[in-house]
Amino acid sequence: MALLPLLKGIAEAFHLIFTLDPYLVKIVLLSLQVSGMAVLLGTLAGVPLGAYLGLKPAESTHFISKLLYTLMGLPPVVAGLVFYLLFSRMGPLGVLGLLYTPAAMIIAQFALALPIIAALTMIGIRGRGKEVQETARTLGAGRLFTAWTVMRESRFVIFGAVVTGLGRIIAEVGAVMIVGGNIEGRTRVMTTAIVLETGKGNFELAVGLGLVLLIISFVINSLLYSFQGGGRDSA
Amino acid sequence: MPDNEIILEIKNLSKVYDKEVLKIEQLSFRRGRIYGIIGPSGAGKSTFLRLVNLLEPPTTGDIYFKGEAMSMNGRAGTPVRREMTMVFQKPLLFKTSVSENVAYGLKARRFSKEEIKARVETLLEKVGLKELAGRYAGTLSGGEAQRVALARAVAFEPAFLLLDEPTANLDPSNVELIERLILDLNRDKGMTIIMVTHNIFQARRIAQEVIFLHEGRIVEMGDTEKIFSFPEDPRTRDFVEGRMIY
Repeated sequence: MALLPLLKGIAEAFHLIFTLDPYLVKIVLLSLQVSGMAVLLGTLAGVPLGAYLGLKPAESTHFISKLLYTLMGLPPVVAGLVFYLLFSRMGPLGVLGLLYTPAAMIIAQFALALPIIAALTMIGIRGRGKEVQETARTLGAGRLFTAWTVMRESRFVIFGAVVTGLGRIIAEVGAVMIVGGNIEGRTRVMTTAIVLETGKGNFELAVGLGLVLLIISFVINSLLYSFQGGGRDSA
Repeated sequence: MPDNEIILEIKNLSKVYDKEVLKIEQLSFRRGRIYGIIGPSGAGKSTFLRLVNLLEPPTTGDIYFKGEAMSMNGRAGTPVRREMTMVFQKPLLFKTSVSENVAYGLKARRFSKEEIKARVETLLEKVGLKELAGRYAGTLSGGEAQRVALARAVAFEPAFLLLDEPTANLDPSNVELIERLILDLNRDKGMTIIMVTHNIFQARRIAQEVIFLHEGRIVEMGDTEKIFSFPEDPRTRDFVEGRMIY
């Protein structure tokens, strides 16, 4: 019965989750820290960039739009490889000593999240942002108040972009594996731990981590759905 | 500022997209008057309003507001924008309540909370939407939305109001309400109003002076009754008598 290990794994996984297994908790917390910080930085850089591009005429942003779309599909292992080469001892940023640290993982995941957040924000704002900007200006709003209005009016789009970015990086394994090294207690996150535990035949823990990933994803998407008024107003 | 003083003046204004869509050598607007800009589709009416409202830069020429040249650039444009506003044909309402929409321009100008509350209530009463103050603006009908947009635009009592087809596609009761509000604003607040409309009957009902635009040029302008009763240019005559297809 091929299903037996899976069912046994799920049962054991629930046990690990409900007893707050220290090994599992540590991995989950590090994953949330790394991906949370990466998506925060990606939001701080990507939302203003996307808003700026979204308010520009589409014909003047052809090149950067194509670049962002391309980078949206950047394979995590390629991002990991690039940052590995940059941070390795012989690399141009080797002196920083970042390789195999959470900081390197954050930077690699930031690079994966940024184009997603910027591109989805740009697409969303392009639909209505110009009109919002013009309306705010005609009502006498200054630059800052206008920018704030555009952001507020695009909040559903921006929130969706951020959640999509977080979903992408929290589930990726290639980049964090290469630049983090999957070191127990230091750089081991959920995805790299799943790979490791599966390889060791330790399916209970692997399935437990997988379940936690799914639960986190469900919570994030539920928040997004509620925020958008149950799908009523997402434009 | 005394009555009949020129509030807005245009000199050698032109706008070129793929081709030249607007060219006005000289035009001035006096304070406290209602102007109707009429003309067929593609005459440059909306482009004219967008240039005056600093939403687009002119290709050539200057626009003077109260004697000073207007600039689109950054903060320089904001003081002028704070004295004039525009209501679009299809107004965009913000994704919030009706009262928050009406309060927007007042918040941008940092009015006190008490003043904002009082003005919003008065205006919503005036446009017949007091009961809908807390309603989400996205659920309003076209006529209600246009009334909210007009209330929002005049809440801060601008000196200059630009209206781009303010009653297009609205039912007669909404048209009547909006026209009455426009006339009240002009009479009670001394607001200068430029209204673009393709509805010649509306222009005749409301405007004190009419400007007839055709292919981006002013063909004829002057007192409303004179333009409608004794047009000098054959194109104006064709338009006001309904023979020009638009």
